[in-house]
Amino acid sequence: MPEKILQIQGLCKSFGGLTATDNVNLDVFENEVNAIIGPNGAGKTTLVAQLSGSLDPDAGQVLFAGQDITRLPAHTRSHLGIARSYQITSIFLDLTILENAALAVQAHDGHSFQFFKPAAEDRRLIDPAMELLERVGLADRAHLPARVVSHGEHRQLEIAMALASKPRLLLLDEPMAGMGPEESQRMTDFLQSIKGTVTILLIEHDMDAVFALADRISVLVYGRVIAVGAPEEIRANLDVREAYLGEGEASDAGS
Amino acid sequence: MSKLRSPNVVFRIFILLLCAAMPVIAPLVGEPYWVDIFMRVMIWAIAAISLDLILGFGGMVSFGHAMFLGIGGYTFGILAYYEITNGFIQWPLALLFSGVIGAVVGAICIRTKGVYFIMITLAFAQMIYFLGVSAEEFGSDDGMTIYDRSQFAIGSVSLDLGDPLIFYYFTFALMLVVLWLVQKIVNSRFGMVIRGMQSNEGRMTAIGFDPFRYKLVCFVIAGVICGLAGILMANAEDFISPDMMHWTKSGELIFMVVLGGMGTVFGPVTGSLVFLFLSEILSNITHNWHLIFGPFLVLVVLFARRGIDGLFSKREKPDA
Repeated sequence: MPEKILQIQGLCKSFGGLTATDNVNLDVFENEVNAIIGPNGAGKTTLVAQLSGSLDPDAGQVLFAGQDITRLPAHTRSHLGIARSYQITSIFLDLTILENAALAVQAHDGHSFQFFKPAAEDRRLIDPAMELLERVGLADRAHLPARVVSHGEHRQLEIAMALASKPRLLLLDEPMAGMGPEESQRMTDFLQSIKGTVTILLIEHDMDAVFALADRISVLVYGRVIAVGAPEEIRANLDVREAYLGEGEASDAGS
Repeated sequence: MSKLRSPNVVFRIFILLLCAAMPVIAPLVGEPYWVDIFMRVMIWAIAAISLDLILGFGGMVSFGHAMFLGIGGYTFGILAYYEITNGFIQWPLALLFSGVIGAVVGAICIRTKGVYFIMITLAFAQMIYFLGVSAEEFGSDDGMTIYDRSQFAIGSVSLDLGDPLIFYYFTFALMLVVLWLVQKIVNSRFGMVIRGMQSNEGRMTAIGFDPFRYKLVCFVIAGVICGLAGILMANAEDFISPDMMHWTKSGELIFMVVLGGMGTVFGPVTGSLVFLFLSEILSNITHNWHLIFGPFLVLVVLFARRGIDGLFSKREKPDA
C-alpha cells in the first residue's frame, strides 16, 4: 500500500446557504493518479482551492505528508511541494511564454531580491524554463507573448508552470477544459508520461482521460464524496450513474 | 533588447537630447524661461518614474505619492533651517526618511487592494499634508523660504548648486541615473516578480511567491526615488510648503504616468514634459485652461491607452 501523501479530514466550506464542501474525507496516495469526478457545481474547484491555499475551509483538516497545512498560505504550500493548475487559465498574459515559465522557476530558486542582473539573461532561470516548455511541447512558442497563443497552448503552459516547482503533489483542475479531442489526447499522453513520478489529484470531466489515467476515483456530488474506488468499481457503481445521468437513464450509462 | 531603430527609441533619444540642449536652445529661440520649465519637467519626471514603478509595473495605484515629495523636501528644508546645509548629510537623511515613511505607510496600505488601496494612500498623504500645515515653526501653509541650497564639497572641490546651469545638469544627470536604475530594476528578478504581481497576483502566490514583501520593497524604492525628486524640487524653488504634497499633486503625477505610458520606464518623462508644457501654454491662452486640459486627458485615456509612448511603439494586440 502506498503512503498517504494527502489526507483530507472532515473538510467543510459553505458560501452563504450553499454548502460547497460537505464533510469531505479523502486520502490521496503517493505517486498515484487520484481523480475526482462529479457534475458541474459539485464543489470540485472549491476543494482544489482549499488544498492549494487560495480559500480557507470553515472546518476540518488537511494534512500533507503528515503536516497540518489547513491554514498555511498558498505560497508556503508551494514550497512544501504542492502545485496547481487552474480550470480557467491563469497565467501572465502580459509576459511571454518563456517569461511565464521562468517566473515559475524563479519562485523556487531562492529569494528574488536581485535588482540588477537581467532576469532574461539568467541561465539559472532560462535553461530550466526552456526544458519545461520542451516537455510540454511549447519550446517553439517560447518568445511569443502569452496573450497571443491558443487556448490549448495556454493549458500546456499551465502544466509547465505547475511542474516548475518539481512538486510532490500536482493539483490539476480540469487540464483538458475547452480542448479539442486531439489536444486532449496529447495532454492525456503527457500526464501518462509523468504518472508514477508525482502524485496527481486530477479533476476532469473528460471520462476517457479519467479512466485512462486514474488509479483511484472519487465521486463528488453536492460537496459530498459519494463513492471512492478503482476505475472499474466506479464504472459499475449505480449511484455514480445516477448522479451523472439521472435515474431513468442509468441503465444506458456507459463511458 | 535590439530595438534601437524602433520609432519610440528615436523619440526617447530626441527628448533626452532636448533636455540636454535646452540651456543652449532656449536663449537662441528667445524663450529663456523654457530652461526653467525643463528643469521642472526633469524633477517631475523623476517623481513620475517612481510612481510608474509601483503603478505601471506593480499595479498599485497610489493616490498619495506626492507625500514623498513633501517628505524629501521638508527633511531637506528643515535641516537647512537648522543650518545643516551639508548635502552629504541632508540628502542621505532625506532619502532614508522617505524610505522609512514608505515602509510604514506601505506596510499598512499593501494589505488592501483596488479602491481601498487608492483611498488609504490618499488618507496617509492627507495626514502628512496636514502635518505640514500645522508645523508653525516651518511656516504652516505659507511654507518656508530656504536660503541655502545643498552644499556638496569634498576638500576644495565643491559643487555650487546655486549656479542655475550646474543645478540644471545635476538634475539632468540624476534623471538619467533614475532612468537607468529603474530600467535595471524592472528587468531584474525583482522586477519580474513585481510585473507578475500586477498581471496575476493569485497565480504568483500559487507558484510560490509571497506578494507582501516584494510589493513593500517596491513601495519603499518608489518612495525613496520620489523623495529625491522632493529634495530637488525644494532646492530648485528655494522654498517648501505643504502645497508640494497636496492631493492634486498626487493626481498630477498619475496623469503624467498615464499620459506618457504606464508600465514603460521612459513614458513618465514624456508625460511630465507634455503635461507641464501644455498647462503652461494653455494657461497663457485662457484663465480657464483646465476646461481644455481635462477633456484632453480623457481623450488620451480613451484613445491612447498606452499613452504617448505607446503611439510610437509597435502596436500590440489590445487587451482582451
